[in-house]
Amino acid sequence: MTLDEADRAILRALQQDATLSSAALGQAVGLSQPVAWRRVQRLEAAGVLAGQRLEFDLNALGFGVTVFLGVKLAAKGRLALGDFERAITAIPEVQTVEHVLGLYDYRLRVVARDIADFERVLRRRIMTLPGVGNVEANVLLSEERRPGPI
Amino acid sequence: MLDDTDRRLLRQLQKNPSATLSALAGRAQVSPQLAARRFEKLRQSGVLKGRHARIDWRALGFEIAVSLRFTLDKTDPRSFDSFMEKARAVPEVVEIQTFLGRVDIRLSVIARDLADYHRIYRERILTLPHIADIEALMQVATLKTDERLPL
Repeated sequence: MTLDEADRAILRALQQDATLSSAALGQAVGLSQPVAWRRVQRLEAAGVLAGQRLEFDLNALGFGVTVFLGVKLAAKGRLALGDFERAITAIPEVQTVEHVLGLYDYRLRVVARDIADFERVLRRRIMTLPGVGNVEANVLLSEERRPGPI
Repeated sequence: MLDDTDRRLLRQLQKNPSATLSALAGRAQVSPQLAARRFEKLRQSGVLKGRHARIDWRALGFEIAVSLRFTLDKTDPRSFDSFMEKARAVPEVVEIQTFLGRVDIRLSVIARDLADYHRIYRERILTLPHIADIEALMQVATLKTDERLPL
């Protein structure tokens, strides 16, 4: 799908606030309410608008640490990729799982109450999975999402 | 602090962020009035900071997603700030994260295809300041993306 200037303005506004009504959205980008509504419908139908991301104050919810884990599977583990993927995606503290190509096989985003809690998740739930080899952990300090090429 | 009702409502919201208030209230087994009050309070107190539209970049023709992990030269105390400032100016950078660990900064970069990625990498990434080392992880598949919290 190719975007015009109005589509881009709509995407930028909804990235900021997905709860805008089509009237408020229209006003923000200089379109009438019905036109803004039709544009949003079209972007949803094309799969460009793919749901909402909720942004929480993690500390207020008791999640003091977010850790990114790079996981390399041991040679034997490669035969059981499916088992590993099913098990890792089922762990509630594991928020995202990406299969990657490079130094690691998988990249995981893990939330925990604190470092001790993270260690528990790592040792009891992740390191015990079949096929897990080398693991590298990096503790998230800050994060910002950018609007991207629109 | 959150009570059970807040947690139930947030769990339902995480399962389906675009559900109507009355649908969320129904699934959390509370009245719509109570649900509205609780969500308002969560917003006001800053627990629920925002709701953002997710863009599927593939639907816009961006087929490549690469995670670039940087180690910076920390002899200059401004290296983090000036690196991040320049990284923000690259449109294809969709995420900037800083870390405590072997990696200092990670950028998520998207591109239309490998040739496009090659161009961005050479012209916009390698020219960023204070880079000591770069590692690339190319995304093959995303198996879990919802970022749901275990509430």
